[in-house]
Amino acid sequence: MSEAVDFKIVEEPKRPLAMHPKKFGLWLFMASVFILFMAFTSAYIVRRAEGNWQIFELPALFTYSTIVILLSSVTMQWTYFAVKRNQRANAKNMIVLTSVAGVIFLALQWMGWGSLIESSIHLVGNPSGSFLYIITGLHAAHIISAIVFLLVVLANALRNRFNLNQIEMCTTYWHFLGVLWLYLFVFLTLLR
Amino acid sequence: MAIHVESHSAVHAHDDHGHEHEHHHGNFWTTYIFSEDHKVIAKQFLITGMIWALIGGVLSVLFRLQLGFPEANLSWLKPVLGGWLTPEGKIDPEFYLALVTMHGTIMVFFVLTAGLSGTFSNFLIPLQVGARDMASGFMNMLSYWFFFLSSCVMFVSLFISTGPAAGGWVIYPPLSALPQAIPGSGLGMTLWLVSMALFIVSSLLGSINYITTVINLRTVGMSFTKLPLTIWAFFLTAIIGILSFPVLFAAALLLIFDRSFGTSFYLSDIYIGGEALPNQGGSPILFQHLFWFLGHPEVYIVLLPALGITSEIIATNSRKPIFGYKAMVGSMLFIAILSFVVWAHHMFVTGMNPFLGSIFTLLTLIIAVPSAVKIFNYVTTLWKGNIRFTPAMLFSIGLVSFFLTGGITGIFLGNSAVDIQLHDTYFVVAHFHLVMGSASFFGMMAGVYHWFPKMFGRMMDEKLGYLHFWLTFVGVYLVFFPMHYIGIAGFPRRYYTWTAFETFSGFADLNMLVSIAAIVTLSAQFIFLFNFIYNIFRGKLAPTNPWNSTTLEWTTPRLPGHGNWPGEIPTVYRWPYDYSKPGAKEDFIPQHIPYSETPESNLPHENDQIKLQFGDKPL
Ligand code: HEM
Ligand SMILES: [Cu+2]
Repeated sequence: MSEAVDFKIVEEPKRPLAMHPKKFGLWLFMASVFILFMAFTSAYIVRRAEGNWQIFELPALFTYSTIVILLSSVTMQWTYFAVKRNQRANAKNMIVLTSVAGVIFLALQWMGWGSLIESSIHLVGNPSGSFLYIITGLHAAHIISAIVFLLVVLANALRNRFNLNQIEMCTTYWHFLGVLWLYLFVFLTLLR
Repeated sequence: MAIHVESHSAVHAHDDHGHEHEHHHGNFWTTYIFSEDHKVIAKQFLITGMIWALIGGVLSVLFRLQLGFPEANLSWLKPVLGGWLTPEGKIDPEFYLALVTMHGTIMVFFVLTAGLSGTFSNFLIPLQVGARDMASGFMNMLSYWFFFLSSCVMFVSLFISTGPAAGGWVIYPPLSALPQAIPGSGLGMTLWLVSMALFIVSSLLGSINYITTVINLRTVGMSFTKLPLTIWAFFLTAIIGILSFPVLFAAALLLIFDRSFGTSFYLSDIYIGGEALPNQGGSPILFQHLFWFLGHPEVYIVLLPALGITSEIIATNSRKPIFGYKAMVGSMLFIAILSFVVWAHHMFVTGMNPFLGSIFTLLTLIIAVPSAVKIFNYVTTLWKGNIRFTPAMLFSIGLVSFFLTGGITGIFLGNSAVDIQLHDTYFVVAHFHLVMGSASFFGMMAGVYHWFPKMFGRMMDEKLGYLHFWLTFVGVYLVFFPMHYIGIAGFPRRYYTWTAFETFSGFADLNMLVSIAAIVTLSAQFIFLFNFIYNIFRGKLAPTNPWNSTTLEWTTPRLPGHGNWPGEIPTVYRWPYDYSKPGAKEDFIPQHIPYSETPESNLPHENDQIKLQFGDKPL
C-alpha cells in the first residue's frame, strides 16, 4: 500500500520564454521611433517623386558629426564592458566621454544648420530643405533624450551605483540612435 | 529608473505582511487617482471613455436635429449652444462642421481606442495571462494621465470662441492648415493637434506595456497557443498601434510646421481673396497618404479588441469551444498585416493612377477573406451550442451582425470604379458606422456586461440589459440602414443642408426617421448608465465565477486586490476553451485544472502529458 502512495502523476507545464520587461519595452519604443523616421523618409520619397524639388549639397559638417556619433558608440560600448568587468573609474570616464561626444554631435548638427542657412536653404521654402531640418531636428531631439539618459546613469555612477541592466539599455538606445543617424545620413546623401 | 524599481519592491515587501488589507499602504491619492494598479487604471479609462461617449453622442444628436428637421427652431438650446445658434434658431453652419469633426474624433480615438483598448487591455491582460500587474505600472499610470491631459485639451477646445476643429476627423489640409479657411482651423485646430500628440504618447505607452506584458509576464504553462483570444486580439492591436501611431505623429508634426512655422509640406498654389499665399511646392495628397497609413490600421485598432472580447463571450455562452481557434488567431494576424497595405482605398478619387487603384482594390478585397473566416467561426461556434442569452452574449451576437452587414458594403467601396460614385457619400457613413462604430461599440458593451462582476464585484441587472440591447440594436439599424439608400442617391457627407437641392428633397422623411431613431438610441444608453452606476453600489454580490468561465481571471477573489491572486499565481495546463468536453463532470474545465485531475475527459494526446512518477524518479 505504502508503495502505491509513492506513485505520483506529474504534469510539467513549461515556463514561457521571457525577457527583462524593461529591456523589451525599450525595443518596442525603438521600433516606434524607427517607424516615425520611416514615415518621414517615405514622405520624403513620395514628395520628391512629384518634382519641383530643390537639390543641394549636404553640409560637410554632417560628415564629421557622423564620425563623432560612430566613435561615441565605441565609448558607449566600452562603458558597458567596463561596468561588466567592474572597472568603475574607467566606466565613469567613458560615460562622461560619451556624453561629451553626444554634445559635440549636437553642436556639429547645429553648425551644419548654420552652413545650410548660409547657402540659403531655410526651414521655410522648398520642401526638400524643410524635410532636412525636420528630420535632423527630430533626430537631435532623440539624441538629447539619450544624453539625459546618460546623465541619469552618470548620476548613479557618481553615487557608486551601477545597474548593469540600466547601462545595457542605455547602450542599446545609444547604438540605435547612431545607426538611425547613419541610415538618415546615407538616405539624405543618396536621395537628394 | 533604478530608484523607481527599488521603491516598487519596497511596496511589495510591505504587501507581504499585511495581506488582508490590500490597500492599507496607499492613501486616497495613490489608490484611486495616481494608481499604478492595472485594474484601477482600467476603470479610469472606462469611466473617462463613457463620459466621452456621452459627449460624442450628444454632439451627433445635435447635427442629426439639423439634418432631420432643417426647418425646426432650436432656440430652446440657446442656454447650451449660445452664439452657435443663428438668430432664427438654427445651428450655425460652421458649428455644424465642428460638430461632425468632434463627433468623429471623439468616437474614434477617445471612446473606441482609449476607452476600449485602455479598459480591456489593462483589465484583462494581467488577469488572463496570470500576472500580478502590467510590466510597468508607472508607465501604465502615465499612459492614463497623458490620455486625461489630451482629453482636457480636446474638451477645452469645445468652448473657445472660434470653435473646435472643423475640418473633419481626417483633418485634410489645406482646409485644416489655413486659419483663414474656416474659423475652426484657427485655435481649435491647434488644440486638436496638441491633444492628438498627447493622445499618441498615451497610446504608445499603453501599447508598449501591453505587448511587454503579454510576452514576458505570462504564468507558467501559458504558452501562446493557450492564450485566450481576447489576449491575442489586444496583443495584435497593440502591435498595430506601435507601427501606425508614429506615422500619424509624423503627419501631424508636418501639419504643425505648415500651420505655425510657414513651411509648405502640404500647401501649394493657394489663393485667398485673389491673393496668392507664399507657400509653394507642397502636396496635400502627401498628407492623405500619411494619414491613411495610420487611419486604416486605426480602424482595426478599434475593431480587433471588440472581436477578441466577443470570441471569448460567444464561446463561454455557447458552452462550446471556439470553432477554429488557430483560424481565429491566423485571421486576426492576417487582418493586422493586410491593414498596412490597403490605405489608398480611401484615396481612389484623388487622381491616383488607375493601375495603382486596381492593386489597392485587389489588396482591399483580400481583407474580406479573413473577415469572412471570423464570421464563419462565430456562427459555427453558436451552431448547436447550448446558448445562454446573457446581455453580454446578445451584444456579441449583435457585433457579428454589424460586422457582416457593414463588411459587405466594404466590398462595394473597395472597388475603385464603384467608389467614384460612392466616395464621400452617406454610403461610406453607413459602412463604417456599422462595421466599425457599432460593431466595436457593441463589443465594448459586451465586455462591460461580461466583466462587470470582476470589475466591481457585483452583478448588473439582466432585464435592463435586455432592454438596452434591443433598443440599441434596432436603433442602430434604423439609423444606419437608410443611409445606404441616401448615399447611393448621391448625398454627400458633411453637408449642412440639402434643402436647396430639388433632387434630394425626396429623402427628407428618411432623414427625419434616422434622426428620431438616433435620439431614441442615445436615450436608451441612459438605461445602461443607470444599470451601471446603480449596480456598482447596490448590485447583487457576484459569485467568483458567475458565467462558469474557464479563463484565469475567474480564479481570483470576488474583488481581486493588489497583485490579483492572494496566494500563488495559478499554473495553466490547458487551452481556454474546454467547454462541454465529452465525459467531463461539468460543462467547463478552467485553464488551471491539470489533466491529471480530469482522466474522464482527457483525449489521448492529453493523457500523454501526464507522466507517472515513482517517488522523485520518472518511471
Ligand atoms: C471587407 C472589409 C472592408 C472593406 C473592403 C472596406 C473598404 C472600405 C473603403 C474602400 C472605404 C473608403 C470609402 C470611401 O471613402 O470612398 C472604407 C471606408 C471606411 N472603412 Fe472600410 N472596409 C472594410 C472593413 C472595414 C472595417 C472592419 C472597418 C473598421 C473596423 C472599416 C472602417 C472604415 C472607416 C472608418 C471608413 C471611413 C473613413 C472616412 O472616410 O471617414 N472598414 N472602407
Ligand atoms: Cu480603410
